[in-house]
Amino acid sequence: MVRGRSITSDAARMMLPLLAVCAVAGFQHTLASAHTQEIAAAVSTEDAAAVGAPTTSLFTPGKLPLAVAIIVTSGCIIAWMLQARAGASMYLRRIPALDAVTNAVGRSTEMGRPVLFIAGIQDMDNIQTVAGITVLSHVAKTTAEYDATIEVPTSRSLVMEAAREAVRGSYQAAGRFDAYNADAIRYITDEQFGFVASVSGQMVREKPAACFYMGCFFAESLILAETGNSIGAIQIAGTAESSQLPFFVAACDYTLIGEEFMAASAYLSGAPDQIGSLKGQDAAKVIVATLILLGVVLATIAALNLPQSEAVSRVFESLKGALGS
Amino acid sequence: MEGVLGILERLDRRWVFLAMALAVAGPILVMGITRKTLPETPTDASRAVFQVVQSLPRGSTVLLSFDFDPGSAGELEPMGVSMARQCALRGHKMVFISLWPLGGQMIDQTIKKVLRADFPHLQDGVDYVNLGFQTGNEQVMRVVLTDFKRAFPTTKAGRATADLPILSGIERVGDFALLAQVSAGYPGSKEWVQYVVSASGGKLPMVSGCTGVQTPQLYPYFPGQLRGLLGAIKGAAEYESLINAWVSDPANAAEMASAGADGGVSAVIPPKYLEAQRRMGPQLGAHLLMVVLILLGNVVYLAQRRSQRRAAA
Amino acid sequence: MMRIVALAIASVAGLVMLLSPFFPAMESVGAQSSEIFNVIAAIAFILGAGSLVKVNLSRVGRRDTGWGYAFVTLLCFAITLIVGLGKIGVPPNPQFAATPWAGEKDAAGSAFAWIYEFILTPITSTMFALLAFYVASAAFRAFRAKNREAMLLLGTAFIVLLGRTFAGVWLTGGFPEWASGLRLENLSMFIMQVFNTAGNRAIIIGIALGVTATSLRILLGIDRSWMGAGGGSA
Repeated sequence: MVRGRSITSDAARMMLPLLAVCAVAGFQHTLASAHTQEIAAAVSTEDAAAVGAPTTSLFTPGKLPLAVAIIVTSGCIIAWMLQARAGASMYLRRIPALDAVTNAVGRSTEMGRPVLFIAGIQDMDNIQTVAGITVLSHVAKTTAEYDATIEVPTSRSLVMEAAREAVRGSYQAAGRFDAYNADAIRYITDEQFGFVASVSGQMVREKPAACFYMGCFFAESLILAETGNSIGAIQIAGTAESSQLPFFVAACDYTLIGEEFMAASAYLSGAPDQIGSLKGQDAAKVIVATLILLGVVLATIAALNLPQSEAVSRVFESLKGALGS
Repeated sequence: MEGVLGILERLDRRWVFLAMALAVAGPILVMGITRKTLPETPTDASRAVFQVVQSLPRGSTVLLSFDFDPGSAGELEPMGVSMARQCALRGHKMVFISLWPLGGQMIDQTIKKVLRADFPHLQDGVDYVNLGFQTGNEQVMRVVLTDFKRAFPTTKAGRATADLPILSGIERVGDFALLAQVSAGYPGSKEWVQYVVSASGGKLPMVSGCTGVQTPQLYPYFPGQLRGLLGAIKGAAEYESLINAWVSDPANAAEMASAGADGGVSAVIPPKYLEAQRRMGPQLGAHLLMVVLILLGNVVYLAQRRSQRRAAA
Repeated sequence: MMRIVALAIASVAGLVMLLSPFFPAMESVGAQSSEIFNVIAAIAFILGAGSLVKVNLSRVGRRDTGWGYAFVTLLCFAITLIVGLGKIGVPPNPQFAATPWAGEKDAAGSAFAWIYEFILTPITSTMFALLAFYVASAAFRAFRAKNREAMLLLGTAFIVLLGRTFAGVWLTGGFPEWASGLRLENLSMFIMQVFNTAGNRAIIIGIALGVTATSLRILLGIDRSWMGAGGGSA
């Protein structure tokens, strides 16, 4: 029996691809952020290029470095995916936080208490929320297999619909469609602290045995994690918000830090091509590190008062201009 | 000793809560009664915010984005108040916007507290305007890059921006002399840097005030993309002290008079302009308590480890 | 079949969004997609409100644990909705003085503004202020010198905690000028601007690459778990 299904929820399911698209679109902006960081780290640029003014050219002037960065990083990732698909063996280090998912769900089943999953407080146009939903589908599959109950309070209506779809699919895949309860995945409020108050109250009353915090979190991270700690829940967190990582590290049993969180879905799936994408990500990281090192060396030589400094300085400035433009 | 360690080991966290309440309430009460504040030594990042606003030619139009809500007002409102005050003192025009739903009301409060109270001659729509909240996060930032009035077609009060005197000559965000932003999270300073400052090619200088949690994230942008940065209530207090020092300096009397600031140069600063400095008292109490708690926690930990070793031996 | 259609839409539209910033001709398509998202989000809000009412009504009906909170939620929801939609107490819009309900719902003097100022603001501030208590509790429980790295972290925490208050000035303000770099407030700034900045940049670059890989997996339809674990891997 499926509770809480309606025409509206079906209509919302039809919208899901569009939501995912909006989330995916966020990735180029994040790349732009990394691009800014790379430049800042390597050459301490003051500002990036001028864009935004209306233009008539075919290609947006000044976006070439970003385009090259996207092509190179995507190229690395796709190349390793293909290699993995062709059967190349890939080493993947263990991630204890993800290995603990099964134990956490098992504990909930033993104690007869629910599993609580929070996919952050941002909407579906945030890639962290999408990453949280992908982890949710794996956790939901485990809860279905272990006959545990899962509670998913959300702070955005769209996230609620996406989460319902993910959990429904997981229960279906696990052959436990009868155990799926749509009302367990519910909307609370968009208001940050209203959401926290409601979820904290629920935690204190229902005492979930396992709490998962996977997504984009802000000031509420510590309130949630400390409340979870006070009720003795096993807690696993994952976020790419670097400002919240210290709080999760301090209050949770396991924390997925930044890129580990993004890799969670690939890790949990165990599919070769997904694991290959992680290897490709590492290759891109090597390229970035090399560029940073090059920038640092050039900047240092340019700053020293050596006979070659002036020439190096010119090369450095032109490189800085090219990257910044 | 064993008894004390035992108590600490089993300490209910509600005692910690009580200690924190006392550590915060004590300085609030003492400072409230004595009306005294702790001295501040401004850092380069805070000094830079003050200098950037000071260095703009008189009458420049400044865009102030209040991207916060009541939750973080304790930390951020004094920054907003100080920014508005310094702009008014320097005779700058102020266009207030917000990308947070409750930010429009925060702007209203600041206007009431600073502009209407101490600069009554300033006219709404001419010297300042509240354009209120606009939904869309980064999308709004992308639109203001090319067409500011398209993103904000009306003021918060419902007046069309097309013929607003303060916005004459403002086509896009790059036409503002400065972007002064107060950030509580997303969307906030990071997004403004990524989508607007970088895209304006350095033509739009930006200063930012942010919560303590965000500060480490924003330091990588200072002093490049961010010309000045106020980190948490500490940054707010430093900035406030810089403005107060400027206001109290008789050398600035003429400029103060031309700005029409009520009261002129005075050594007595109204309490509303000492809020951030007053809040440094509770901050001190809380930080000292944290140090003590961490030390106590480690004493318990070391004692536990020693007893475990003894048991193992 | 539905899943294939969904994947196709995700891939094609995602690619359009990816390319739109680079080609001026496609910029409007990208902007439109963002606007479509806002429209969908607004429509979906009805679903969210429906879920809120349904779940809380059933809790009240079943007298579940904490049903009183559910009742208060429903009551507040109804009051705010009526006050906001009905624009109760809203002063007229000066531009359209003759038109009723032309004023902004949250204009000064309206009931909505009153709710905001005297209920929402204090409640939200209180919730945010709770952080101070939780930070103290977490520091007492979790900040332990378990190894050398943890000791370094502790030392850094002390410098920053003291350096960001008057305690730093009081303790080390007397250091001579040549040793001013060792003053706690300056040490604190040095840590924030050098070590913290370097670490943050590394984390941000790592995250950005992680986001790229995640997005590509979704765009190429390799990771379909956002449609449920049944979606699996391609």
